[in-house]
Amino acid sequence: MTDNKGVMIFTEVVDGKLAPIARELLGCGRKLAGELKEELSALLIGSGVAGVAAEATAYGADKVYVVDNELLKDYRTDAFVGVIEKVARQANPRILLLGQTSTGNDLAPRAAFRLGTAVTLDCVALEIDASSKLLLQTKPVYGGNARAIFTMDTLPQMATVRAKAMSALTPDSARKGEVVTVDAGLDAATIKTNLLQKVVQEVEGVKLEDASVIVSGGRGIGGPEGFKELEELAKLFKGAVGASRPPCDNGWVPTSIQIGLTGKVVSPEVYIAVAISGSSQHLAGCSGSKNIIAINRDAEANIFKEARFGVVGDWKKIIPAFQAKAKELLGK
Amino acid sequence: MNIIVCVKQIPDPEAPPASFKIDPATNKVAPPPNIPPVISPFDEQAVEAALRIKDAGGAKITIISLGVNLLRDVVKKPLSMGADELILLEDPAFADGDSWATAYALAMAIKKVGAYDLILCGRQAADWDSGQVGSCIAEILGLPQITVAKKLEVRDGKVKVERVTADGYDVIEAGLPAVVTVSNELGTARYATIKGIMAAKRKEPIVWKPSDIGVETAKIGAAGRRVKMQKLFQPVREGKCEVITGENEEDAAANLAKKLAEVKLL
Ligand SMILES: Cc1cc2nc3c(=O)[nH]c(=O)nc-3n(C[C@H](O)[C@H](O)[C@H](O)COP(=O)(O)OP(=O)(O)OC[C@H]3O[C@@H](n4cnc5c(N)ncnc54)[C@H](O)[C@@H]3O)c2cc1C
Repeated sequence: MTDNKGVMIFTEVVDGKLAPIARELLGCGRKLAGELKEELSALLIGSGVAGVAAEATAYGADKVYVVDNELLKDYRTDAFVGVIEKVARQANPRILLLGQTSTGNDLAPRAAFRLGTAVTLDCVALEIDASSKLLLQTKPVYGGNARAIFTMDTLPQMATVRAKAMSALTPDSARKGEVVTVDAGLDAATIKTNLLQKVVQEVEGVKLEDASVIVSGGRGIGGPEGFKELEELAKLFKGAVGASRPPCDNGWVPTSIQIGLTGKVVSPEVYIAVAISGSSQHLAGCSGSKNIIAINRDAEANIFKEARFGVVGDWKKIIPAFQAKAKELLGK
Repeated sequence: MNIIVCVKQIPDPEAPPASFKIDPATNKVAPPPNIPPVISPFDEQAVEAALRIKDAGGAKITIISLGVNLLRDVVKKPLSMGADELILLEDPAFADGDSWATAYALAMAIKKVGAYDLILCGRQAADWDSGQVGSCIAEILGLPQITVAKKLEVRDGKVKVERVTADGYDVIEAGLPAVVTVSNELGTARYATIKGIMAAKRKEPIVWKPSDIGVETAKIGAAGRRVKMQKLFQPVREGKCEVITGENEEDAAANLAKKLAEVKLL
């Protein structure tokens, strides 16, 4: 299979635009394609997505494959696997990348094995090995305690990439690209799951992924009332509230604000970790923050190893005093 | 209703990060001394999901676990929670596979079990965090898959699942048999009962070797890997935290605010 060439990105679309992860993947793919001196393509799958092709080009794609079909309006495993298989067999990419999203991590393993290859999920770094030209896939393992670098000899080499691990290019609307329309060739009978309902749990205020300040609470917050205090603090900074897993598991806060390996990945300017011990699984979601500030009564807590500033003590005393002083300094 | 749950024995993922070590000689993780291994937490939640279905309408639950050096006390935990049978794929030839090699062996064992309506796995094993075995089993057996479930309901030959998404959840339905992977949002797994522990003590697991399930040895374990590990390392942490102090906690807190203003982070 030496005729496999180029880097292909499965570009997810949200609200009629490229998802942030798709832009990041195109940025990363551009670099890899450059090193290989091969082409970068985007694969758009959905219903009414043809219009997004221009955006994919602006973010770096040389070629955009568009598969537009009513049956692809919502993500369903069998339909999307079938389409990826079809396009990948037609285009024969050397590398095929997806986002580590709820779609990507459902789709990638099955598509990989359908294509007779393999995939590494949740990569944080991708490089081309200078001598073998293989894709070096760096993935956190053991909950983030270690990292492993994987390769595969089968083609296409596939990986999913964690949010915010790569940077998008500045879009260039003058860039020219080719658009290839591919017929979905779907047989509705092969789609074995039925999407009955999509439930969106709206979070008020700033979205976690977009917030420049996040105030995050852990098990030591002790209950939903404590999170009210963190919310006030977050409001003062026009930020958002996050949580480690125990507050979500205990129902103190919605599960959609969990940060970590199996939650959201965030990289704000300031991440205030309150009563969070700093497990590797939690850090997996916030270690990209520019400045971590730890508030914990245990001076030995692991979070202090990641933090730039910290205060040792009881958050119940620290948070109100910190908020009062911050308010004063901000002149509010 | 026959449910198969795949569970994996792993080093305790909640062990303190400082106890985590890689043995440079073998390029493998050195299990922390004095901390016993556990069933991967998501797999335990998959067992819980199966037990809830059993509670609601009856089911036979068969546990399959693949690995080496499987501690009976650890792998019997699902039995003590209320599962019915335990099958171990325990042989060095099964060890060190990637997701595909592992799923292939599990799928062949599932075929040998024969009767199954629902196959459950954890969303990912908390050691390698690969997150693929469930999908691979579904692919090999040609079944529908629903991943990252927080709620399952079985009715009229179908499974209805709430699948966790970034901003909520999808409600998805599939005809049985199907493969579902389970996430922690399902809720905590139940404790073993004394009665369950006694019953589990008396129950001997069935052990299958590669020849028992008709697998090609070139396709299982380390020999069957498509994904090759080139390197395993611990990222270095800088650990330069400036601890802000004061006369008391309130004072330290005010000093923190001042410090943040000083470095323009406020
Ligand atoms: C496979 C897997 C995936 C996981 N995914 C995630 C994930 O995505 N996100 C995640 O967060 N976790 C995840 N976890 C769980 C993770 O291992 C930890 O259990 C969890 O992060 C601990 O949360 P915590 O720090 O809030 O709680 P704890 O570890 O219990 O820490 C509580 C902290 O609060 C401090 N404290 C208590 N009271 C006070 C007080 N009054 N004032 C100040 N400090 C106080 C304590 O000193 C302690 O440090 C995962 C686990 C596994 C096995």
